[in-house]
Amino acid sequence: MNELREKAKELLQNGTVKVIIGYVEGTTPNRTKPFIARSVEDADKLVFNKFCVNNLAVYLTRKEFKQNGVVGIVAKGCDVKAIVQLIQENQVNKDDVYIIGMNCSGVVSDLGEEFNENTVAVKCLHCTVHTPHLHHTLLGTLEETPKHEDKNFALMQKIDSMTAEERFDFWEAEFEKCVKCYACRQACPMCYCEKCIADKSVPRWIESSAHKRGNFAWNMIRAFHLAGRCVGCNECERACPAEIPLSLLNRKMGMTAKKEFDYVAGMNLNTPTLVGTYDVNDREDFIK
Amino acid sequence: MEEKKFEPKIAAFVCNWCTYTGADLAGTSRLKYAPNIKMIRVPCTGRIDPVFIIKAFEKGADGVLISGCHPNDCHYNTGNFHARRRWILFKELLSFMGIDSTRLHFSWVSASEGKKFVDVVTEVVEKVREQGRFEKYAKINEEFVIHE
Repeated sequence: MNELREKAKELLQNGTVKVIIGYVEGTTPNRTKPFIARSVEDADKLVFNKFCVNNLAVYLTRKEFKQNGVVGIVAKGCDVKAIVQLIQENQVNKDDVYIIGMNCSGVVSDLGEEFNENTVAVKCLHCTVHTPHLHHTLLGTLEETPKHEDKNFALMQKIDSMTAEERFDFWEAEFEKCVKCYACRQACPMCYCEKCIADKSVPRWIESSAHKRGNFAWNMIRAFHLAGRCVGCNECERACPAEIPLSLLNRKMGMTAKKEFDYVAGMNLNTPTLVGTYDVNDREDFIK
Repeated sequence: MEEKKFEPKIAAFVCNWCTYTGADLAGTSRLKYAPNIKMIRVPCTGRIDPVFIIKAFEKGADGVLISGCHPNDCHYNTGNFHARRRWILFKELLSFMGIDSTRLHFSWVSASEGKKFVDVVTEVVEKVREQGRFEKYAKINEEFVIHE
């Protein structure tokens, strides 16, 4: 933690960055919260531990940050994936971000008290970027990631084995809980549209009331807009007050992108985005 | 008395340059096809936002047909290539959510393929008819009331 503070101080002092987005201690020992360090004194408050679960890349696309010139960001591997994806999509200028990469062997989910095989977040189970693949400085040390059974994947397989009607019923029951708070959208680093399709009223594509009809449309469209873009940080699911398993949809899309196009979001700065391009040899056996 | 056959409602999103013209050819050639298809003309298959498809189901469609120019024949050169890639993803998503390939159909029909258009429409109508009314989505739609 000291090396993080030292590095942050150094960067702020010599003017490499104007602000640093990082984590500070939360209200209880097992929480952290996002924090913007603007001065050397602020840098002393920064922490990094197993409870740093937020994806801070979500702030990079905010207007108020873009005026800051170079922004420093404390980022785990999964956050770096989001940053890479944002750079690929021309939402963040590569030279305007300074990544303080953190070696991360997993984070705690569901406000667990300590880091062990029961509390490690699902997203960490299949993580391929414990060491961030893009960084300007690399801090921290790696240890072994505890593993538990991937219930999320088991549920997905269960849904896959259902009939279409059963799948529809499953999602109908899930979406009935949606209150249209749009927390999923706000927490998502990839949801940066200045005007979301859900906010458009002429024409009203997505019903705004928290009724199943609009909920279906909203969640379907959000999942599709994230197809081939979602980096799997699972912030949407974590932010969801109704506990809808949103990550299943995103993971399904991610797996489809991998299977059909051998594409993984946020891994390579120099490849074009998945749906921003095409291949004349794309599969078309489903087209009559 | 013979029981009345269920007549599915099918929304067809077709591109202006190929399938719409192909359908026109079917008409001028006096070929018959099922009247269950409600055609919506769009400039290009690349214009078809997945939200259109969802809207079609919300408005009571039992099935959706999407059709455009064959690859390499796109009026805008690449519109259908972009669309095809999106469909691969979207079809997988819809299937995962319970709307499978029995209700969502894709085809390439060129301006000269009036006969193929008739065949595609006949096949799609038959497939959706077998599935019956899209009760599940219809129920959601019926429950939806706009409070004045």
